[in-house]
Amino acid sequence: MIYLKKTDYEKILNHAKSELPNEACGLIAGEIKDGNKLIKKVYLLTNTDRSNEHFSIDPKEQLSAIKDMRENNLVPLGNWHSHPESPSRPSEEDKRLAYDSKASYMILSLMDSENPVLNSFKISGNTAEKENLVIE
Amino acid sequence: MFITVAGEKKEVKDGLTVAQLIVDENVETPQYVTVSVNDNFVDSKDFESTVIKDNDSIEFLYFMGGGQ
Repeated sequence: MIYLKKTDYEKILNHAKSELPNEACGLIAGEIKDGNKLIKKVYLLTNTDRSNEHFSIDPKEQLSAIKDMRENNLVPLGNWHSHPESPSRPSEEDKRLAYDSKASYMILSLMDSENPVLNSFKISGNTAEKENLVIE
Repeated sequence: MFITVAGEKKEVKDGLTVAQLIVDENVETPQYVTVSVNDNFVDSKDFESTVIKDNDSIEFLYFMGGGQ
């Protein structure tokens, strides 16, 4: 299971909407307890591609986030990005660039603006497995 | 000499290059890794020629990206 606070979900959602029409992205950090991932902090970072079809996380901001995690005793849990015009599932490019099979890859679909959908996946090779995401 | 790698202090031999450190640290999929030395990013073409100095702080960052 992976747990996300509702307030953090709203941070992601609001940031993703503010970045439209482009994809938005960021990192998630927290702790792993009894095999469950507890997200304690979400990072809203810059998509240097500034594209509605691609994202690349700004490495300078990524470095700052990693240091912040360390200072706050959080572990990196994965990343998140938005799909402005497609479903909440990893694209072929998402899978190709997912190097860490233990990380969680969260995807927020905004294709139906009234009904955004956030899912979390573990990706290994060309296989994506949906995680049980709890927003509370 | 002593350096800090991903927040962890360790002793390494003098003259260590970024390229060698990547090998020594068993960095996976190095083609997707960006390296910073004292918060300055090192271009991958300079990994072989960049010599790490005493008290340097090194971070390995994996490229994170994708597309819909």
